[in-house]
Amino acid sequence: MDHAAGKPVDPRAIEAMLPYMKSSFGNPSSLNAPGQEAKRALDEARKKVADLINAERAESVIFTSGATESNNLAIKGVANRNKDRGTRIITSRIEHMSVVNPVKFLTTKGFEAAFIPVDEYGFLSLESLEKELSVKTVLVSIVYANGEIGTIEPIREISNIVHNNNSYLHVDATAASGLIPIDVRGEGIDLLTISSNDMYGPKGIGALYMKEGVRIEPLVQGGGQERGFRSGTENMPCIVGFGKAAEIAKQEMKRESERLTQLRNGLIQGLTESIPHAFLNGHPTKRLPDNASVRYSFIEGESMLLSLDMMGVAASSGSACTSKTLEPSHVLLATGLKHEEAHGSLMFTLGRENTQEEVDYVIGLMPSIVRRLRAISPLTPKELKE
Amino acid sequence: MYTDKVMEHFKNPQNMGEIPDADGVGTVGNPVCGDLMTIYIKVKDNKLADVKFKTFGCGAAIATSSMTTELAKGKTLEEAMKITRADVAASLGGLPPVKMHCSNLAADALHVAINDYLKKQGGTVEVKK
Repeated sequence: MDHAAGKPVDPRAIEAMLPYMKSSFGNPSSLNAPGQEAKRALDEARKKVADLINAERAESVIFTSGATESNNLAIKGVANRNKDRGTRIITSRIEHMSVVNPVKFLTTKGFEAAFIPVDEYGFLSLESLEKELSVKTVLVSIVYANGEIGTIEPIREISNIVHNNNSYLHVDATAASGLIPIDVRGEGIDLLTISSNDMYGPKGIGALYMKEGVRIEPLVQGGGQERGFRSGTENMPCIVGFGKAAEIAKQEMKRESERLTQLRNGLIQGLTESIPHAFLNGHPTKRLPDNASVRYSFIEGESMLLSLDMMGVAASSGSACTSKTLEPSHVLLATGLKHEEAHGSLMFTLGRENTQEEVDYVIGLMPSIVRRLRAISPLTPKELKE
Repeated sequence: MYTDKVMEHFKNPQNMGEIPDADGVGTVGNPVCGDLMTIYIKVKDNKLADVKFKTFGCGAAIATSSMTTELAKGKTLEEAMKITRADVAASLGGLPPVKMHCSNLAADALHVAINDYLKKQGGTVEVKK
């Protein structure tokens, strides 16, 4: 139940990929027959990805090596190409590190940045956004829905504010794409990051949607593939698998998101109601269908993960003890949690193969895990001890 | 990530709990960084007759606490003061590098507890920290 970290590849996507690892090895840039066959497959995959996000045309989608590259391309590409218009970039305090770090990097190269706060649920402060915008602002980059707490941002409203200021809006939809409907035209998005594995496609492939007319420069230069915005021979097996995964996600989204929402609601209820000092992170309803993020007082997340792992359950935590930096999740801290509260966080992200039985199993395990760790913890108040 | 020995101590921590009438108590760490541990000792004839712990923290924090109490129990105060973080980590078959500093504090808590006991005794036994 840690699908945000990695998802199995849909067997139908694997099936679609196989020919491109065995017999179909043509290069889409070649004019020969195998090359042209590859070109058709490339175009078809692009069309499927474009359809998932309601892009105006397939060519607006650029394939990259994944969401991290897409975020880097959007932020550095737009900032560097539009220096003549302004040098200010705005983002939020709950972005993925592949947004945070490029923005911070640009501040060492003559750009200035503002990080907009969020409220206790993780909703962006629109007031603060309006205040921070200026004529110098070229780009605003906001997450569609944060993968850790699941909160879905009001992108349409954000877009109106950003476009009234004549700035570009980049949206990182890595966690949201494939789970909930995204409409780049309807929601007024200029650049959108999506990832293949997050919708059960292969890893190592992603895409950046760029609205026609957006001024951007490439990170990777070479033979001019992907309209010159991302050179390098196309990763055909993964692109074809991504296309298939996007097609399946679109077809099955409504039914699957209803199923996940129901499972998720039961999981949140079971994880919080039967255990004292248990709390939900994020918003109760405006959250991704797969996300159940909770926290327990007086205990630490990694020890909960280990306890669950011994029982065959994979989860995740925003505790410092599970991070490389030894800092708790900046996303949880941005929602106003104290360090010790963030340490006690536990996140489940459900996926296609999870069942009601599995959810019930986890709900059944949690009280004794929390009880045991609280018995070991010196922070547990006396009245909770048995 | 963790050795079998660490997991064993995480699953079945030894000497977990408090000693209500402890002769010495030592607490190190703090909940803000994610690790906090308290060691309780009972001293008889200059030896650690009983050692117990309470820990808030990750798997390594709990395992090192448990291992420290195991290493310390029955030792003289002088011997117990010589137990280092490295000894604790080695007895557990090693710890991930990132855990060596933040979660391997139990030996320090033990030393603080012994010093607490010595202070209460009026510092009659000289032990270097």
